[in-house]
Amino acid sequence: MNTDKRTPLLLLSSLLALLAVGPLLPEWQFLATLALGKGLVVLGLLLLLRTGLVSFGQGLYYCLGGYAAGVMGHYWGVTDATLLLLAAALVSGVAAAVLGLLLARYRAIFFAMLSLALSMILYGLLAKSQTLGSTDGFNLAPPTLLGFPLAGYEGRYALYSLACVLAFLAALGLHYYFRTPLGRLATAIRDNEIRVEYLGASVRGAVHVKYTIAGVLAGLGGALTGMTVGHIDPEMAYWTTSGEFVFIAILSGTGSVAAPFLGSFIYELVRTFAYEYSPNTWQLALGAVMLLIIVFLPAGLWSLFRRRQGGAA
Amino acid sequence: MDMQLAVLVDGIIYASWLFLIAVGLTLIYGVMNILNIAHGALYALGAYAAASFGGFWFSQGYPPLGSYGALVLAAIVVGLVMGPLIERGLLRFMYGRDEIILLLVTYALFLILEDVIKLIWGVSPYIISQPYGLLGIVELGGLIYPVYSFVLIGVTILVGVLLAWALQGTRHGKLLRVVIHDRELSQTLGIDVRRYYLATFTLGTMLAALGGALTAPTVSVVPAMGVEVIVLAFAVVVVGGLGSLPGAALGALIVGLLRSAAVHYVPALELFAIYFVMAMVLIIRPRGLFAGEQARTI
Amino acid sequence: MSVLLETRGLHKRFGAVVAAKDISVAIERDSVVGLIGTNGAGKTTFVNMVTGYLKPDQGSVRFKGRDVTPLHPRQITRLGVGRSFQIPQLYDSLSAYDNVVVALGIALRNARPRWLARGPRLVPGYGLPLEEAAEQVLERFGLAEFRDRPAGVLPGGVRKLLDIAMTLALKPELLLLDEPTSGVSSEEKFAIMDRIMRAVRGSGATVLFVEHDMDIVSRYASRVLAFYDGRVIADGAPAEVLADPDVQLYVTGTRTTAEGAGHADD
Repeated sequence: MNTDKRTPLLLLSSLLALLAVGPLLPEWQFLATLALGKGLVVLGLLLLLRTGLVSFGQGLYYCLGGYAAGVMGHYWGVTDATLLLLAAALVSGVAAAVLGLLLARYRAIFFAMLSLALSMILYGLLAKSQTLGSTDGFNLAPPTLLGFPLAGYEGRYALYSLACVLAFLAALGLHYYFRTPLGRLATAIRDNEIRVEYLGASVRGAVHVKYTIAGVLAGLGGALTGMTVGHIDPEMAYWTTSGEFVFIAILSGTGSVAAPFLGSFIYELVRTFAYEYSPNTWQLALGAVMLLIIVFLPAGLWSLFRRRQGGAA
Repeated sequence: MDMQLAVLVDGIIYASWLFLIAVGLTLIYGVMNILNIAHGALYALGAYAAASFGGFWFSQGYPPLGSYGALVLAAIVVGLVMGPLIERGLLRFMYGRDEIILLLVTYALFLILEDVIKLIWGVSPYIISQPYGLLGIVELGGLIYPVYSFVLIGVTILVGVLLAWALQGTRHGKLLRVVIHDRELSQTLGIDVRRYYLATFTLGTMLAALGGALTAPTVSVVPAMGVEVIVLAFAVVVVGGLGSLPGAALGALIVGLLRSAAVHYVPALELFAIYFVMAMVLIIRPRGLFAGEQARTI
Repeated sequence: MSVLLETRGLHKRFGAVVAAKDISVAIERDSVVGLIGTNGAGKTTFVNMVTGYLKPDQGSVRFKGRDVTPLHPRQITRLGVGRSFQIPQLYDSLSAYDNVVVALGIALRNARPRWLARGPRLVPGYGLPLEEAAEQVLERFGLAEFRDRPAGVLPGGVRKLLDIAMTLALKPELLLLDEPTSGVSSEEKFAIMDRIMRAVRGSGATVLFVEHDMDIVSRYASRVLAFYDGRVIADGAPAEVLADPDVQLYVTGTRTTAEGAGHADD
């Protein structure tokens, strides 16, 4: 349980730093916005990991969020970014709340398998649905914010800023959530479910809530990614996408609500370079890093920071 | 009428292929409790090795029928090299850790092997289609099938029967079942568990590679061909029951026939059908259709 | 005296083993009841049935006059039944303090409708905010010095105490202790029991404890139930039960022949 009182301060200063640095490095904004979008999904995985659950199906909500945003613009002409995000959160949240009723009964590899199967169902449906572009997906209508298009120099910065604020709010929200009685049950459930029940709390109920929150975060991440890239396709629900999120989550570790975003930044950065210079050994490096982390740094990259700070918790 | 026959024949052909790609996965899970994502990459490795061995065979002008031997040899070589390498070099350090950690380890391994394949064979597709056409075609109810597909069914039945015999009828198989039942007990009985793990993983790898090697002539061998196979194999073993041999056969039949029916009647639901049945089985009977009752864990 | 807990004809079978046969007992409020019996006699099965972890094949459990047989452990816990474990059930990666905070947090959450949470939130029964109430619990059980250590690395006796402290922290009306002093050195046993009984007197709970040490039973119990082969073979004041020939033969082992004993086998 994180009792670090400095976390909100760290998050706020990170937000201000990101907002300040953005205009100076316009070419990085695209990458950073993508990283923030994935970071949101991984933040949801962090919540599940702390509860002792690994989902190989967060792509389901990532994809739903992306398609919710896409359909809003494509079919109903709604392009306002905040409305698109709202729609994504709503759709993925409702889906997660319904499917969560089922998944809350599962643990370990059965949880992983069922989440994977559900996400592959969505992939199977979207890949064959002509109206939504089959495997090609479709392009999003250019998003706007308060009537201004999110394109051009200012527009891109505005989208980047929106992503930063969203990430900040999500991380801060989760930080405080972990301090509520329900939030504290995450680690408790991972450690000992029987005890949780014998203290008068419902394990299934708590898992359900956490799964729904993770779904909403993944949906927001998907919508953000869709708006940034301008395109969505069923690949977002394919198991390899979910696997990528699991990878970033393992890389980041569960030590801090800031870790998923740091992990995503590093991942996107390395990926961009690796695609260019070594496209055929990039996955090999990923796999090797993942093995090293599992063996030597079970708490993820974030634990390195902590150790250097003298174990401040 | 013809449509129903087509659904049945296609379904059985597809099911036999599914069994071949899934049986190694269920074997390894059954004995070692490892849900091996790398199984997909080992399948791809088998396909590439088969393309190389087969290609060499034909380039030397050896008798074409012998190319089937070359395919099988490729799978055996992949199994004998990669099985011990992975089990001794990596997995044995992970025994005793959570199943979910082992799942992540094999996922990392999957990523690594995918690139190893690209490093060895490059990214251009390989074609080794000669063995596919070699045996000619057969007409069945007005539809034309390559004889190779029926050979595949035969091989699958053979593999299934051999495995069942090895597990039920041999001394090693009986000891292996003791290991599955109770690892600690088997150690006190003087059974060398490590050897059974090594043998199981090697055999499982060989079966993955065999699946790939026998698929190679029917497709173009490309990187990432293991990505789809692994989730299909998951669907098959989950439907039948993780770790169960008859379960894998039943799962393969169900998934195979269902997909075949979808392809013929409602093509839009082809992929949906497979994963829908996987999800439904997990929801209704999480340990699979063929698994016995388990003691509750909490 | 009013009856707090009543079981009627509890029956439980695991395959060929009958773990409970027609157990009907009534526990009065404010009593301290010791449960004795050899391993496999059905004591823990009884505790598991009372707390809803196991469902009896036949019979019912009534708590405060209400039939709780079909309820889950969490629901029975919320009604005021606390239970500690023979093997401490803790959150091993959390500190001792956080273990207690989780326990009290659940009590806090259950105490009021979630969406009406307003103003300073005080833990019921403490009148204190969560953090201060947790400190008080640690203090009361002499666990303050272990406050920040992960529960997983604490010594056995401390784990036992923390397990019981978490159960008592919820201020249950009925407290079930499953072998509170097992795995604890004989010098520590009385210290632990004294601490528990002091806390119990402070909160006014009725106590049911499973125990193998007859010295502990004689000292703390006001009534003893002796289990053998899934049944209660003796019930009464400690001295009376420990002098019972059946108990001496089947439970305490102080008698080795069946002479004078009789009805346990029928």
